[in-house]
Amino acid sequence: MTKTRLAALLLTSSLLGGAASAEDVTLTIESWRNDDLTIWQDKIIPAFEAANPGIKVVFAPTAPAEYNAALNSKLDAGTAGDLITCRPFDASLALYDKGQLADLSGLASMANFSDVAKSAWQTDDASATFCVPMASVIHGFIYNKDAFDALGIAVPTTEAEFFAALDKIKADGTYIPMAMGTNDQWEAATMGYNNIGPNYWKGEEGRLALIKGEQKLTDEAWVAPYRQLAKWKDYLGDGFEAQTYPDSQNLFTLGRAAVYPAGSWEISGFNAQAGFKMGAFPPPVQAAGDECYISDHTDIALGMNAKSAHPDEAKVFLDWVGSAEFATLYANALPGFFSLNSTPVAMEDPLAQEFVSWRDKCKSTIRSTYQILSRGTPNLETETWNASVNAIKGTETPEDAGKRLQEGLASWYDPQK
Amino acid sequence: MAGRPRSHIVVFLAPAVIVYTAVMIWPLFNTLRLALYVGGPEGRHFAGLENFRTLFGDPRWSASFWNALGNNVWFFIIHMIVQNPIGIALAAILSHPRLRFSAFYRSAIFIPTILSFVIVGFAWKLILSPIWGIAPSMLDALGLKALFAPWLGKEDYALTTLALISVWQFVGIPMMLIYAALLSIPEEVLEAGEIDGLTGWAAFWKIKLPLILPSIGIISILTFVGNFNAFDLIYAAQGALAGPNFSTDILGTFLYRTFFGFQLQLGDPHMGSAIATAMFAIILTGVCIYLWGIQTRMRRYQF
Repeated sequence: MTKTRLAALLLTSSLLGGAASAEDVTLTIESWRNDDLTIWQDKIIPAFEAANPGIKVVFAPTAPAEYNAALNSKLDAGTAGDLITCRPFDASLALYDKGQLADLSGLASMANFSDVAKSAWQTDDASATFCVPMASVIHGFIYNKDAFDALGIAVPTTEAEFFAALDKIKADGTYIPMAMGTNDQWEAATMGYNNIGPNYWKGEEGRLALIKGEQKLTDEAWVAPYRQLAKWKDYLGDGFEAQTYPDSQNLFTLGRAAVYPAGSWEISGFNAQAGFKMGAFPPPVQAAGDECYISDHTDIALGMNAKSAHPDEAKVFLDWVGSAEFATLYANALPGFFSLNSTPVAMEDPLAQEFVSWRDKCKSTIRSTYQILSRGTPNLETETWNASVNAIKGTETPEDAGKRLQEGLASWYDPQK
Repeated sequence: MAGRPRSHIVVFLAPAVIVYTAVMIWPLFNTLRLALYVGGPEGRHFAGLENFRTLFGDPRWSASFWNALGNNVWFFIIHMIVQNPIGIALAAILSHPRLRFSAFYRSAIFIPTILSFVIVGFAWKLILSPIWGIAPSMLDALGLKALFAPWLGKEDYALTTLALISVWQFVGIPMMLIYAALLSIPEEVLEAGEIDGLTGWAAFWKIKLPLILPSIGIISILTFVGNFNAFDLIYAAQGALAGPNFSTDILGTFLYRTFFGFQLQLGDPHMGSAIATAMFAIILTGVCIYLWGIQTRMRRYQF
């Protein structure tokens, strides 16, 4: 008798246990932000799980350089996670067109985002939105405040002041004037060309004109940034040709370089590493009083794998990602990733505040090559990396670079033919 | 004898044939087939040799292809003129009966071969780094700082530098194969030569080298196949864009970028397969030339 009772007890308890664990749904997030792993594990996911019992979330990032290739293969093979971190524009649009990302237009929290914020994750006619915008990154220059104070340099606002400051740092010799290398190539285009460029092509005005075919890459506004990059060469460190992106970061945070052409995503890493005061300034304008433009690039969003086994739970999570609560949490956990949510977010980090304050005095635009123009072969973004590096090294003149890129673009893009 | 059923041969061959077909032959032919299609908004459709026409006819595609092939040939030449002679020399030294600690040298030289490409690429990038590397400080200590250049970042030197790194990594393989071949030469042959007055260098050139020629042939063809399939080291050291300015782009990195896509460029499996097919054809031609042109003419000696 006791034996049967014990068996029954064991049976019910195991059944109950089974039922309890079956309620828990685990959602996996695919991402390229492996730097943010601890922030997701310690701050963001616990906050969600506390409010939504029964849904467990796992953040499973891949290395940034491999992300696109790895994600595409996983989606084709049907092994990708439930939630997909979305690259802006065509990379994600292609996934949506293939039916691998779900349409999220009906999600309640989509109302929290402006049309500009959503534009990077919409079909060309804006009829469907397939990722919840998370953050944008702003380009500018981060500088070593202690170095500037010691050398008596004021924060430059015009190009003339900018190069005068670099000359002064170089003449003093204590610091490498600017920390950037050309080994990894993308910094030259992303932190170089697309950082200083919007001041020349007047932000959105020039970018949209290029898409419509009204301007060409051989126009002065698109060649002049290369001309400025060519002048950077003299201010970079010895052997900058083989200097990698982490090398540049380390040179700056170790206090060996004075100016760092930056994206705002560097803020949290620099705060942790640098033992000196830092400041930031937007790309200097050509003449005092000119309107300034900044690259405020919609960079990261979250979408849903259309083949997810748990679409309802995934939507609960995405709805939360679109909320003001997530925006505050994310923007403060990762200073430098600025929320795209319409609700203003209070940020505590002074460097992040400096970056975001430029939104009020300058006009925002996104990187020129990202929307539509990198759809064909040769790929304009990759070509821009190459041209920016060549311009800095002096192996190709700015005019030749502009001509080569224009020919490449015109070879497949009808409005430019 | 002739009339007996031989079904057991099929049974014994089956496991290897099935596994090899599933993981090698079928994917290979499928890749060749994929090269004949093009993708489009309505799905893929058969296009015959269209991809090859683009690859060799379009000025941009063909420029990238010939650049990658040229770099690959240079990569191979460096291996042939540096790696293999050094491998043979090391084997000759190691097989010298009076060399002490030869087991230690043999292991030390062979160890890099078993290291991962990622570790080799990363370690050498650090060694040669103009900022933290020990190469500039070592040259400085010798008073030769002026000779240092950021080699991996210079278009003129980057490919040669990477080829030499690869030589450093793989020199153990020709060394081991030649070492084994040298050990298999019977003492009597060498003694007979000695009686005829052949010692030292003369013995090496006149007796040992002819006897190890078949091994050198095998090493050459292994180097050829390995180099034209190479990808890992370039990818680990320079990234998929094989900078600076595509000067280290070889067929493997060109294939990777095309097949899987890069940054904003979406992958094109069909164009990628066309490049893979071209690589396959190049390697097949090279191996055939070797097998029929060289291997069959080589003289073999039996003891």
